[in-house]
Amino acid sequence: MTYRRRSSPLHAARAGVGSLFCVVLAGVALSFEHPLLLGALLVAVLAAGAAARVGGVVARSLLWGLPFAVLIAVVNALVVRDGLTVIARLGHLAPFGEVDVTLEATAYGAILGLRALIVIACFALHSAAVDPDELLRAFRRLSFRSALTAALATRMVPVLARDARRFRDAQRCRPGRPAARLALARAVTSGALDRAVDVAATLEVRGYGSGAKPARRRRPWSRHDLAFAASALGLAALGVAASVGGWESFDAYPTLLAPVDGGELGLAAVLLAVALLPFADRRGIGR
Amino acid sequence: MSELVLDRVTYTYPGAARPALANVSLRVEPGEFVVLAGGSGSGKSTWLRAAAGLVPHFHGGEFTGQLVAGGMDSREHGPADLSAVAGSLFQDPETQVVMGTVRAELAFPLENRGWSDAAVARGVEEAALALGVAGLLERSTHELSGGELQRVALGAALAGRPRLLLLDEPTSQLDPVAGDELLGVLRRVNEEWGTAVVLAEHRLERCLAAADRVIALERGAVTIDADPRGFLEQAPPALQTPGARLFTAAGLAPPPVAVKDARAALRARGLGGSVEPAESGPSATPRRRLRRRDKAPVALAFDRVWFEIPRGPAVLKGVDLALAPGERVALMGRNGAGKSTLLRLAAGLREPTRGRIARGGRVALLLQHPGDYLVAETVGDELPLDVLAAAGLDALADRHPRDLSGGERQRLALAIVLEGEPSAVVCLDEPTRGMDRGHKDVLAAHLRELAERGSAVLVATHDAEFAAQWSERTVLLGDGAPVADAPTSEVLGGGWYFATQTARILGGGALLPEEGAALLRTHAPPAPAEVAP
Repeated sequence: MTYRRRSSPLHAARAGVGSLFCVVLAGVALSFEHPLLLGALLVAVLAAGAAARVGGVVARSLLWGLPFAVLIAVVNALVVRDGLTVIARLGHLAPFGEVDVTLEATAYGAILGLRALIVIACFALHSAAVDPDELLRAFRRLSFRSALTAALATRMVPVLARDARRFRDAQRCRPGRPAARLALARAVTSGALDRAVDVAATLEVRGYGSGAKPARRRRPWSRHDLAFAASALGLAALGVAASVGGWESFDAYPTLLAPVDGGELGLAAVLLAVALLPFADRRGIGR
Repeated sequence: MSELVLDRVTYTYPGAARPALANVSLRVEPGEFVVLAGGSGSGKSTWLRAAAGLVPHFHGGEFTGQLVAGGMDSREHGPADLSAVAGSLFQDPETQVVMGTVRAELAFPLENRGWSDAAVARGVEEAALALGVAGLLERSTHELSGGELQRVALGAALAGRPRLLLLDEPTSQLDPVAGDELLGVLRRVNEEWGTAVVLAEHRLERCLAAADRVIALERGAVTIDADPRGFLEQAPPALQTPGARLFTAAGLAPPPVAVKDARAALRARGLGGSVEPAESGPSATPRRRLRRRDKAPVALAFDRVWFEIPRGPAVLKGVDLALAPGERVALMGRNGAGKSTLLRLAAGLREPTRGRIARGGRVALLLQHPGDYLVAETVGDELPLDVLAAAGLDALADRHPRDLSGGERQRLALAIVLEGEPSAVVCLDEPTRGMDRGHKDVLAAHLRELAERGSAVLVATHDAEFAAQWSERTVLLGDGAPVADAPTSEVLGGGWYFATQTARILGGGALLPEEGAALLRTHAPPAPAEVAP
């Protein structure tokens, strides 16, 4: 899940705008609860990934996030006591106590899982389509410490991924029983810390933290910068308006209420259109 | 003004029992090319880290004395400040590249100094052109080979035109071609830009020719500070180059600094041109060797093996290779030629996409980073005491594996992969990276022992001197397939890059200094006046 410049409108947009687009998309997902709207947003993220030629990366992130989403759904079903439609009586279950699983808690858990999946997919889209170097440069002008953390984190992802593959191969070469999971976790953690120290030392000797701020880059706004900025603003406005104006009719408790009428369908269509329109213009998307 | 001044510098790492640098005083003058020599743990890396300001600012510990780099006292200025006058390059290319693209990587140190956009753009272009990486500028850094990464990291260290360049074994992970290219770049930077260079290196034969001065360290203290010839005259055997050992063993003096010097000295003694041994047959091609081995017992056999990466290149292309029990085989080739992949296939860590692999039993594989095998809290928890004793590690049973030296860690990891039933094949991937000569000798002896016990030994290495020490056969991989497969004396005797220094001096007649000295004695004994005492 690493950035590579591709010929796509999102890659052609400046990093700050691309980042804003991905963050707003994730933020809007957190503001909606209606499954139709969340479904539309998930489709929007997947379609945006495909249009940015990183569809495989975004889809793989969903597979990776699926167990996490299922866990959220299950935990919600087990711990939430609200909802009137009991679908299973599990009796006494430590540490939850007396557990009656309700349809409403299960459905709402699924909605929370779906939200988490959309956020994970947005993160994958961000990693694959937003230039981290350009973003770091922009960040560095604002806050040295945040940028240092971001730089370390960005650089450590591919380094640790390679280390993990190497470590797994080395462990497969050990004859006899595999090492205990705890010992492996300890070794991996200390190895990661060693690596982080090496990368931090490199940052130091490249002058990071010398106090000088990088010069501001003046760059005219391209059609893609404008399109994605407008899209991000539009999505944010829709999210705020829907919340404030009560455009979304959804209640999880005490009984599930998720009507699908013209309003929801219209809002879903507008969300999709606003998120995907910037990808329609493919002029000037090469390097 | 000196570029670097150390005045009675003593430094001890946090928690260490003895200082890593002990009362070091010296100066590096503008435009000097200094080579730092010394065994593992002698203090070379600490010296360079102190000059870069990482010691003590980054590592902590106790620092006394004074170090001034480019007029900046390291007690008052940290590594970020010192980077304006001293560029640094360390061993591992992977952790030295911090940005996503080559252009961003070269621009990074310049932006950190607040240079204007135009100045950054110019600095990037100049550094890229000087290092021959202009064609890589738009490439993603995680797509680069080890050699390319190291060049880019050197570019980032040089982009701000520092007056001093500090390099800690920058060629240890590179193949001979990439290593020579990097050293050529350093030479040009030193000669044309006047940048002072301090280079720590184990394989001195690669860099002495470029050096103005050699400083040897032992237990953190300076033991020799002389020009290259003076250094070779004073250096202990462990720090001698193969060329110097050849001359010493043949009773010739003075020791040569470079292959060119050695050849000139031999010509002056009537030994010009190639000194060929009495018997020298033609090279065996890979295909002929395989047929010759068809009926022999086989420890490992590759039969038209391909390994193709999905949506990527073919790493191995129809490899035919057979190893007999007890055979000692060195596997050489450029970075990315497919050596590591071949070893992983041999050990079953990867499956070939085409072709078959037959194994005569268990295949033990020691990968490049021995630390990856070590997961326990103490050495004693890794292996039973009797196995540790057999590996000579029983005295370290209470130590944490991460506290072991590189050589000890490697011995422990090798003992781990060899534990249990005997292995039909023992494979090692680049085991001599960053290793001094003493440790290499021990490892070579161990490999011979393993072969005597019946295991076929297959070692991927860039180190021609090491390969010549223990292997009887060398397979040279090029672009995913063997391009030479013959006795080591033929492959490393006739090569240009893949050749020992002795072979280059003698035109291929012998690989090791002792063999070469014997050959020289049979051809023409030196004149009495030139015999060393």
